[in-house]
Amino acid sequence: MTDIKQENENIPVNYEKLMREIMTIYYIDAKTARQNNKKVAWITSGGPVEPLIAMDIIPVYPENYGAMIGASKMGVDLCKKAEEMGYSSDLCSYARGDISCATVNGGPIGGLPKPDMLVCCNNICGTVLKWYEIQARYFKVPLFIFDTPIVHTEFTPEMKNYVQRQMIEYVQFLENATGRKMDWDRMKDVGKLSVEGQQLWQEVLDTTISRPSPMTAFDAFFFLALIVTLRGTSQTIDFYRGLRDEMRRRVSVGQGAIPHERYRLLWDNLPIWYRLKWLSKEFAKHDACLVADTYTSAWCGSLKYVDENDFIGSAAESYTRIYLNIGVDKMAEIVLSMIDKYGADGIVLHSNRSCKPYSFGQYDIQKIVERERGIPSLIIEADMCDERSFSEAQTQTRIDAFMEMIRTAKGGS
Amino acid sequence: MYTIGIDIGSVTAKGALLSGDTLLGADYCFTGYNAKTAAQKILDRLLEVHGIDQTEISGIVATGYGRNSVPFANRKLTEIMCHAWGARHLHPNVQVVIDIGGQDSKAIILNEGGNVANFIMNDKCAAGTGRFLEVMARALEVDLDEFGALSLKAEQPEKISSLCAVFAESEVVSLIAGGKKRENIIAGIHEAIGSRVSAMASRLGIHPSAPIMMTGGVAKNIGLVNAMEKALGAPIIVSPHAQITGAIGAARLAQSSG
Repeated sequence: MTDIKQENENIPVNYEKLMREIMTIYYIDAKTARQNNKKVAWITSGGPVEPLIAMDIIPVYPENYGAMIGASKMGVDLCKKAEEMGYSSDLCSYARGDISCATVNGGPIGGLPKPDMLVCCNNICGTVLKWYEIQARYFKVPLFIFDTPIVHTEFTPEMKNYVQRQMIEYVQFLENATGRKMDWDRMKDVGKLSVEGQQLWQEVLDTTISRPSPMTAFDAFFFLALIVTLRGTSQTIDFYRGLRDEMRRRVSVGQGAIPHERYRLLWDNLPIWYRLKWLSKEFAKHDACLVADTYTSAWCGSLKYVDENDFIGSAAESYTRIYLNIGVDKMAEIVLSMIDKYGADGIVLHSNRSCKPYSFGQYDIQKIVERERGIPSLIIEADMCDERSFSEAQTQTRIDAFMEMIRTAKGGS
Repeated sequence: MYTIGIDIGSVTAKGALLSGDTLLGADYCFTGYNAKTAAQKILDRLLEVHGIDQTEISGIVATGYGRNSVPFANRKLTEIMCHAWGARHLHPNVQVVIDIGGQDSKAIILNEGGNVANFIMNDKCAAGTGRFLEVMARALEVDLDEFGALSLKAEQPEKISSLCAVFAESEVVSLIAGGKKRENIIAGIHEAIGSRVSAMASRLGIHPSAPIMMTGGVAKNIGLVNAMEKALGAPIIVSPHAQITGAIGAARLAQSSG
């Protein structure tokens, strides 16, 4: 993105640069936590981070780090290293990357700061359970497992009680690990900030309803980092408010992310981190804009279940009913509603060798979309971090053929 | 009006020259190391044999995996679209096209206008591709061109259960070691590919009465076509121009400037 002058302040704001700065400071804080007498908790991407923020514990996300490993093309080397350690090449490439990276002095930013505790919420997958157990043994630190049953159809009162009770145990775990008591007033504030942050992230994503869309899913993949890592902080709110306003400004002047947007697509599953630029060019070549995706919207997708005045009380439901923890029928409903909301002409599904819960059910979702909306769909076989599962020539042919089909369907030449 | 279609596949490069809707000539060569050279060779030969000057050609479309290595093409389109157009050109009623190429296989559903309504390609695996057949031909020490005729002599096709080309090759090696008849092994290989490709094609939802055409060089293998018919439970149309279907489609598409 280019620098833009904001009307009021007359200073250029480059949100990419700003976000990089925020993330750099965040990682410096995390890596110097010990000197500052702060604790570090590693947490899964879908885990309830707000109690950590409220207790001044620095959350660190191995999955966000996995994305960094993928984007910096270190995935293959780290995955190979994990395979040498004895892990299967079928294991998730985030897990392989994180497990092997912990044992070497290297990786992006020179590795993650060592954890004082681990928080594992299985609302995103089952792999995290074993992954975090391995890391708990390796680092010899306590592990809290936050178990969220899959909501195939309904969220039952039994489920609610079960998850709710764990929220209390979770806070007790943090109190034991830090030797401090939870400040419940602070927790309330953090909950409110978290909700506001999620609302703003949704507003950022919703600017793409406009034609042309001011941003693409590739931009969203980048800007996602804050809502994942610093949810519940005022910094996140300020950033997304600014970003939203900037996107709205672009909408008001008709500035599209793709120079001649003709086709609008929906992306499903995690990004192919090491091929973001290439993919973005391939789609842009066809005047196609990836206007939305099921991945980045997962961090604001369960807002309807949150009560901002009773964050902890409602968190059981909002953290259990996230996109990856519901039945395929429900996932398809969300996909259909996104197709309608963002006016998608087609859907691109990344069948991600690493992410089983995300990729499972995609054939069904594809069928449902074709039946209910009659729009073309494309499956790209790849992996989010392990480049060995990606073939450029094959992917290119599939994208080109898919775009030819959409162009014909829409009456283009 | 002359048009040319150039289809640079992973194994073979094909070219077709059309005068209006009439096929004037075709040419082939191995793609080899340099796709650009192969494309140029085909163009030169087509022009020379038919005594046509390049200025008389109104359009050239390149397709296939090497489509971006054809500098003289006016447009580049995927083999999906070109096979669809080529198949319709050869047989106006075709509704489903199955193409088994060197490194992939695909099924295409055509809409009424002959455009691609939907398509599916094999996942990242050599099973069900021409490469699979090449590997097997090597293991069996048989020329690939003889595969079709030999498999027709099979009494009882052997069972090849593995979908992976590497594992299937070791299965074939075991069958050879077990003294099984070559004809039966080849017929078994055809059945394995037939069931793999038909399962993939069926995911598109093929109408039982939809006319199906097989295109691509592999369609010359009568044994495999029979196995595909058996697996799909439907007859398959094969044109004598099967191998150049993509090139013909490309030449047809070259008629419009699009």
